[in-house]
Amino acid sequence: MSTAATQFKRDARRLTADLRHRHIIHSALSQYEVTRDEKKALFQDWQGARQLAAGIKWEAVNHLDRYVDQFVRGLEARGTRVHWARTGQQARDIVLGILKSRQARMVVKSKAMTTEEIHLNEAMEGAGYEVVESDLGEFIVQLRGEAPYHIVFPAMHLTRGEIRETFQRKLGGAPSDNPEALTMVARRVLRRKYIEADAGITGANFAIAETGMISITENEGNARLAAALPKTMITLLGLEKVLPRLEDLALFLPMLATVGAAQLISGYNTMYGGPRQPGEADGPEEFHVILLDHQRTAYLADAEQRDALHCIRCGACLNVCPIYRNVGGHTYGTTYSGPIGAVITPNLRNLQDWKHLSYASSLCGACSEACPVQIPLHHHLLRNRRNSTRQKPCWWQRTAFRGYALVANSCRGWGLVTRLGRFGQKFHGLILGSRLDPAYAWTKTRDLPPIAAQTFKEWWRRRGKTRA
Amino acid sequence: MKVTLFIPCYIDLFYPQVGQCIVRILEELGHGVVCPESPACCGQPAFNTGYWDETRTVAVKVMERLREAEVVVIPSGSCGAMIKVFYPELFAGTPHEALARELAPRCHEFSAFLVNKLGVTDLGARFPHKVTFHDGCHGLRELDNKQPPRALMAKVRDLELVEMSEAETCCGFGGTFAAKFPMISTAMGEVKCASALETGAEYIVSCDSSCLMHLQGLIDRQRKPIKTLHLAEILVQR
Repeated sequence: MSTAATQFKRDARRLTADLRHRHIIHSALSQYEVTRDEKKALFQDWQGARQLAAGIKWEAVNHLDRYVDQFVRGLEARGTRVHWARTGQQARDIVLGILKSRQARMVVKSKAMTTEEIHLNEAMEGAGYEVVESDLGEFIVQLRGEAPYHIVFPAMHLTRGEIRETFQRKLGGAPSDNPEALTMVARRVLRRKYIEADAGITGANFAIAETGMISITENEGNARLAAALPKTMITLLGLEKVLPRLEDLALFLPMLATVGAAQLISGYNTMYGGPRQPGEADGPEEFHVILLDHQRTAYLADAEQRDALHCIRCGACLNVCPIYRNVGGHTYGTTYSGPIGAVITPNLRNLQDWKHLSYASSLCGACSEACPVQIPLHHHLLRNRRNSTRQKPCWWQRTAFRGYALVANSCRGWGLVTRLGRFGQKFHGLILGSRLDPAYAWTKTRDLPPIAAQTFKEWWRRRGKTRA
Repeated sequence: MKVTLFIPCYIDLFYPQVGQCIVRILEELGHGVVCPESPACCGQPAFNTGYWDETRTVAVKVMERLREAEVVVIPSGSCGAMIKVFYPELFAGTPHEALARELAPRCHEFSAFLVNKLGVTDLGARFPHKVTFHDGCHGLRELDNKQPPRALMAKVRDLELVEMSEAETCCGFGGTFAAKFPMISTAMGEVKCASALETGAEYIVSCDSSCLMHLQGLIDRQRKPIKTLHLAEILVQR
């Protein structure tokens, strides 16, 4: 078993037994579901909207070369510096290079999962820069030295009391558990940071090919400040974020808000098309856009799973996933958790090391049903499983399934197994639920029904005989 | 109509009464029933574990046995989805692809067969109890089977259906998942049971005995005051 798999199982065991954690996540996400459904109902035709969105993403991803090129030309025409990064290392080097050339000391960031994906904060801090996350949830988990718990709600696993305690410990004061009071504490710290920062780093929700702009969705205004106040703005985004037309946002912005945060529209939706232009009053002196590949083109080459690149990182699949709800975001041990993480991580990182995420699913399909761009997530989990056994079969499992196929295909074999099972069952009580029990994985927490005194097939055969 | 019944392995071994109820219901409606003795399984455990070659060994046999069938009835949304939805992908690009595609529309999950294919909802059943319904995920999301079981239950005399808030949430069985990740599977089962208990129902009813095997196992171990029944077992009550 890989280290990642061992960690996953260990943490899953701990968190599924943690009833308090389970309760916090369940109640938060159940409330989300109610509000999300109210917003979804405001769409004239939600299923039609999903289909349309999937079609637009299909168009973009299947003509990525053309749209990315158009996007880049638009950006460059207004003086944006565009960089290409094939790997996480290259992207980190590009960022560090820009910071060095600008003689920066302090960086303020708005929420960007892509920067988590390449561990940019660690690289910048390692190089001596002060890095401050400005999204409230990210700010909290950064203070605690944790990774984001959720793609959209990074601190959803924490109670108000825990947040107050963190602020008291790290910031030296927090008056109460009141959310507004807590927000004001963070705000006082962050306002100063925006002004002091030499560079602002953001992600992007969408990249518009037609106009050469990036679109950022947020609710706190922090991305606007991170983009507008520092002299240098750096945006890191995956290649797949591109949308063909500006008007596509008319669909994607409300859709993202609806399934991402159960809102009609997010608080701030801003488009950035370049650095400060002559005659403009504000904006950064330099604007750098880094286009990250990091296995995305390899994904593009896989016609079967290419549509995983449609993902808009809304987190809708996490919210409805019964696995995520019970094990929580940190258990996944990687940047992208939940169903989308279980689909893409084995392909973005290493199939054999991360295949356990694809196996850790009951394949219930709630994720695929929730996905606004219709990615058949749970079917991709099956394909990852197939690919992993093709690449490296497990000898005893393969032998067992071959044996099972032989038995299942033969009346006599099945009859024999039935009788053997019935016989073995008589002694099962002696070892039931103990480590010696071959069915321990089941019987540790659940009873096993007995094999019937007369199975259906036995009944059917006897019935046929008496009728004849 | 001549109905070919495909009995899943766990119904054969653990819940023969479910198969027997279905035979009775179909015969009382005037249909002839045949049941191939083998294969005993649709191949889903191997398929879900990633062993598609091994799955095909079983699935080819299943398709050959069902090739001549006028209609196939499967008392499970899960095995039904395996044959209807996943066989075509499993055999894509192989000589059996055409057969898999041709077979799919002739296969029906039990409740969908009664309601959608036969147009029957009232079987004259009476069951004076409060029940809640668990939607098996494959039946719900792969086969779009939300309505048929409810249409059937609506016609059962004296039956009171109370929907639970987590009716569409997975129970945590998931085939080999239940053994590979028992801690997650158990936690999911607990969420489901708690939701069912909240309704005050005496029974959790479902079209999937595999989900019920998991839930009943948990209920027995934790001594919860609720029982499980396959829908077919209710439809024969008088």
